[in-house]
Amino acid sequence: MIAETGLAALWLAASLALLQLVLALVGLKGDKPDLLAAVRPAAVAQGVLTAIAFALLITLFMRSDMSVLLVATNSHSAKPWLYKFAGTWGNHEGSMLLWVTVMGVAGAAVALFERALRRDTHMATLGGQAAISLGFYAFLLFSSNPFARISPAPADGQGLNPLLQDPGLAFHPPTLYLGYVGLSVAFSFAIGALLTRQVDAAFARAMRPWVLGAWILLTLGITAGSYWAYYELGWGGWWFWDPVENASLMPWLAATALLHSVTVLATRDALRAWTVMLAVVAFSMSMVGTFLVRSGILTSVHAFAVDPERGSFILGLLALYIGGALALFGWRIGAVREGAPFELVSRETLLVVNNLLLTVILGLVLIGTLYPLMTEAFGHKVSVGAPYFDRIAGPIALALMIAMAVGPLVRWRRDQAKAVSKRLLAPLCIALLLFGLVSVLAWGRIGILPFLGLVVAGSVGVASLAPLWKRNLRRTPLFTYGMVIAHLGCAVSLGGMASDSAFTVEKLVAARPGDTIETAGWQIRLLQIQPLAGDNWTALQADMDVSRNGAPVTIHPQSRFFASPPTTTSEAALLTRWDGQLYVVLGEEVEGGRWQLRIWWKPFVTLIWLGGIMIALGGALALLGRERRGWLMKWRARAAA
Amino acid sequence: MRKLLIWLPLVLFLGFIALFASGLFQPDDRIIHSRLVGQPLPAFNLPAAASDRPPLASSQLAAGQPRLLNIFASWCVPCAAEAPQLEALRAAGVPIDAIAIRDARADVDAFLQRNGNPYARIGLDARSEVQIALGSSGVPETFVIDGKGRIAYQHIGEIRADDVPMILDRLRSAQ
Amino acid sequence: MKYLVLLFALIAAPLSAQTALPPAPYANQQIADPALERKAKALMETIRCLTCQSQSIADSNASMAGDMRSQIRERIMAGEHPEAIRAWLITRYGDWVSYEPTAAPILWPLWAAPLVLLGLGVLLLRGRIKRKGRA
Repeated sequence: MIAETGLAALWLAASLALLQLVLALVGLKGDKPDLLAAVRPAAVAQGVLTAIAFALLITLFMRSDMSVLLVATNSHSAKPWLYKFAGTWGNHEGSMLLWVTVMGVAGAAVALFERALRRDTHMATLGGQAAISLGFYAFLLFSSNPFARISPAPADGQGLNPLLQDPGLAFHPPTLYLGYVGLSVAFSFAIGALLTRQVDAAFARAMRPWVLGAWILLTLGITAGSYWAYYELGWGGWWFWDPVENASLMPWLAATALLHSVTVLATRDALRAWTVMLAVVAFSMSMVGTFLVRSGILTSVHAFAVDPERGSFILGLLALYIGGALALFGWRIGAVREGAPFELVSRETLLVVNNLLLTVILGLVLIGTLYPLMTEAFGHKVSVGAPYFDRIAGPIALALMIAMAVGPLVRWRRDQAKAVSKRLLAPLCIALLLFGLVSVLAWGRIGILPFLGLVVAGSVGVASLAPLWKRNLRRTPLFTYGMVIAHLGCAVSLGGMASDSAFTVEKLVAARPGDTIETAGWQIRLLQIQPLAGDNWTALQADMDVSRNGAPVTIHPQSRFFASPPTTTSEAALLTRWDGQLYVVLGEEVEGGRWQLRIWWKPFVTLIWLGGIMIALGGALALLGRERRGWLMKWRARAAA
Repeated sequence: MRKLLIWLPLVLFLGFIALFASGLFQPDDRIIHSRLVGQPLPAFNLPAAASDRPPLASSQLAAGQPRLLNIFASWCVPCAAEAPQLEALRAAGVPIDAIAIRDARADVDAFLQRNGNPYARIGLDARSEVQIALGSSGVPETFVIDGKGRIAYQHIGEIRADDVPMILDRLRSAQ
Repeated sequence: MKYLVLLFALIAAPLSAQTALPPAPYANQQIADPALERKAKALMETIRCLTCQSQSIADSNASMAGDMRSQIRERIMAGEHPEAIRAWLITRYGDWVSYEPTAAPILWPLWAAPLVLLGLGVLLLRGRIKRKGRA
């Protein structure tokens, strides 16, 4: 009964989306305000219905209703409740329903809360959102029905994949999807603005909070995913340039560029074409990402089951939506006038440089990810991985960081090069100092990229605080603090990455209980190996005492064995200190009663994710600051009237 | 100039669609083939893997007559499945040598006891060194070696019943 | 539960394809000389694992990856140059086995890409600034 209700809700939502689209189209074309008045309620109802459908799917999983095919193939009654809940989106159909739900709810939010946008653009935007949703509703209903039944219902489910039984699954995918799919709002805004030719500062001011919101969530989602992979996979890596990881990075790069571009448009009425193009590109990257994950054309550890039929469907949607949007762009952008002019030495120029560098990195990641596919069309197999991406994206990212540091210190529209260099004096001195320091510490022992990364991270970190100097801190707007914290977060994250690359110490050792291992200032003593049992696993746990000039702490890395399917996973033991993390993994038993141990000391590695959180926090402060200013201005206007 | 740049993204995108479409409709080939097909066999000299068969050296595969080189392991499930086909080939007069990967004498003996022993010689490659030197990426695989010690053909995966005629063909053309 | 089926292959050791033998001597043992170990590690991180989905042999539990690591370490200890070892592996398995793009002609567009994109970017930038300069 629940499954049928869910399916019905989905069908209703799809019909409402169609209605919404038709009403918006006819209403705008024929200038019929009474038709247009129904668009917003339709969008809200659509959002509510998709949310209901998703809630019902969650209910089915929580109840372990094995008569539903999806639950039977992806869940098990013995799973802890958290993983039953999170298992809803740990599969193709469920995550596709999540996608559609986020689109529907985002559309409803735009219908309910967007007040600043000009009416016709607002309607066009909602029409665009409905148009995109329709394709994905069709995909769900005709090709990936999450509510399909199975008869006879099996006694219990198949899905107990051990890797998914982790709190990371509860957090990483939903946040990522909220960000990914939240960018559809920016896409719809761009379509709406192109249709009604309203690409101006007011439009940008209306679009900005939506972009910020999606971007914050995407940042958090990627950060969480990176940390999850880091502690789960047992090798100490935090980014693998895997095609699916790249598929989440590309929308983020586009969204970051869009974020900055929309601010230029909002405050300076410049970069119109850029802003619209980036809004289209950002969600397009989300859609391309979903295609790559679900079609099986690229080898990836994250990929869903290969299904060319589904792949073709999504490819069709891609061609329709992205092709359509780009065609609309080409057709209409000519009618959009050029924005206000600016000089070479100006903040606008640096923001254009920022856009360009981000877009270049995006292009390179895209090309690198697709390159194996391209060469295979010629019968040649190649692999493109970390060595290429690090070497290519790294230097450009460093240049980007420098632009990020200089930008806020340059005036809008026109500034003097001499004045700018005076403001940059302090960070430049720090840079030189760091260069000397790091050279002394590690010349010849670390690569050039980590070396430069450390220098740039330190000096850019200092420079990002510069906008606050000589300012009354209590009267500084909240969004300025947001910018400072976000930029500082970038520098912090870079510092963590560079430190991890440069200074990580790895030790592989085969030890007997009673042995002490010394590495990187730590004394690690293997006490014993003992068997353990959990809900649905058995394990061998190593009890180890670790100390560094002080009292020992006991850590417990484990090697876990699951019965169905037969799998061995490793649960790394992580010990976090202010200056880094000790990462210990228990391997196999080797001859002589000894056990394989992998030990890493990773200085300042946690800064990577701390930086990510700071970036998201900065974004949240900026969002709050702008919204608050909007309310204050409206309140003041009302009070004055 | 601006006109060009405005339409460039669409043109590039259409290129990507073509690429994706080709990727979807191309047969999925995740198998890694050895690049040494057509090249001489790398030199090796392996100890005996089974108690009742002599050890294997690469020179013994260049003795004038084309031979099959079967890469297998006692812990490999499809290797047991191809045993009847190998036996059929041996009965047809084909000389077959083998290399056992990451194996131990006792396990190889047990495997041959269970599945039959069509091999003339079996070498033991305990650390996959010869497997890597051959460009082989898994078990089972079968190489057709011509009389001069060159690799004529690589068959990846177990030999099915309908593969047997093809293998005989390859052996004939390697004369 | 196909979502991470392939992901668990990363760290899981499917029991059906398990070899009974212990890992090769230098599969999990570092070279005593840290400089040589750094060289070996750098190489290992760029060689693709043949039996895994998409990992380097440095990050894999697979026994063949372990054997390759051992061979690489032993050869580096014997004085062989990392690039010679990479070339040796590429002769056997083709460009696919190396994550580090080589100088092969099929990979030239990859190297050209950053220059082309940056060049396009500079062109765009000049277009904007020039116009403004004229105004």
